[in-house]
Amino acid sequence: MNIEILKALNEERAARRAAIVVTDTATGIQRFVKGADVAKDPLRETLEKYLRMGKSGMEETPQGNVFLTVHVPPPRLIVIGAVHISQALAPIAKLLDYDVTIIDPRTAFASPERFPNVKLIAEWPEVALPPLNVDKYTAFVLVTHDPKIDDPALVHALERDCFYIGALGSRKTHGRRLERMKALGIGDNQLARIHAPIGLNIGAISPPEIAVSIMGEITARLRLPPEKQP
Amino acid sequence: MLAGTDDILKAAEDWRKAGRGVALATVVQTWGSAPRPVGSNLVIDDQGNFLGSVSGGCVEGAVVSEAIDVIESGKPKTLEFGVADETAWKVGLSCGGTIRVYVEKID
Repeated sequence: MNIEILKALNEERAARRAAIVVTDTATGIQRFVKGADVAKDPLRETLEKYLRMGKSGMEETPQGNVFLTVHVPPPRLIVIGAVHISQALAPIAKLLDYDVTIIDPRTAFASPERFPNVKLIAEWPEVALPPLNVDKYTAFVLVTHDPKIDDPALVHALERDCFYIGALGSRKTHGRRLERMKALGIGDNQLARIHAPIGLNIGAISPPEIAVSIMGEITARLRLPPEKQP
Repeated sequence: MLAGTDDILKAAEDWRKAGRGVALATVVQTWGSAPRPVGSNLVIDDQGNFLGSVSGGCVEGAVVSEAIDVIESGKPKTLEFGVADETAWKVGLSCGGTIRVYVEKID
């Protein structure tokens, strides 16, 4: 491997951006593909599949066997609202290898007693979010039920192109949310990205069950191609 | 995790920048029950120092000596190992897998 490729790969990884090294194992010929450039690559569909799986692997191509060294940033989960659902969501997400951060300006909710061993920020989203460098490898969940807290966070998540954005609330609540977002000038394409009501429809009732349905939906968004989304 | 991929690729870059001859070994294919998944890395220098793993100890010795050849020749090599461990069988693990390891020089 050329040192320049290795250097570029390490730089992309440090910046939380996806990258792939394509190696022809018979000849040693290699190329470096940034995640953002995958759409321009001749192996586009294959590379997209590998990025979704987040795994390296050997692939047969018309030009021979190539090994794909795939690096995808570890996913993060940001939860707006230190509520009962979040108490179940945090440990489940941790098991699934997400780096979890919970944000809620209400200090009675965002208390370490309620959230042991979780990164907790008792600030308004406008203050808490900018330093977090929210990116497309972030799943974003809004569960406060309070527009004062949820709405600014939702705008931020849409701007940062999070791979999953889910918001708690009935269809009626969500309808009102959409009206508020439209009033801010956010387009229908963007608004269609919001998963609401949040979670897969598995008949969840208790907060931990709702947490399971949310993590199921996030997993599907992360791993399934667009045409197979539930 | 002990010496995750992150540290290994960074070490490969740092070692090379420090002027050492360096090779990178990567598990590219596995069959059956293999000890380390595809994509696992081992970085080796021309003095035989190494970091990471491709098999959890079974074949690292052989990979290191092949890597030193690769550093000298500059030509990449693909190695294949059958991983069979008697002790593993005794405790009921079917560690009879095969791994293919790609070894390349960092230049």
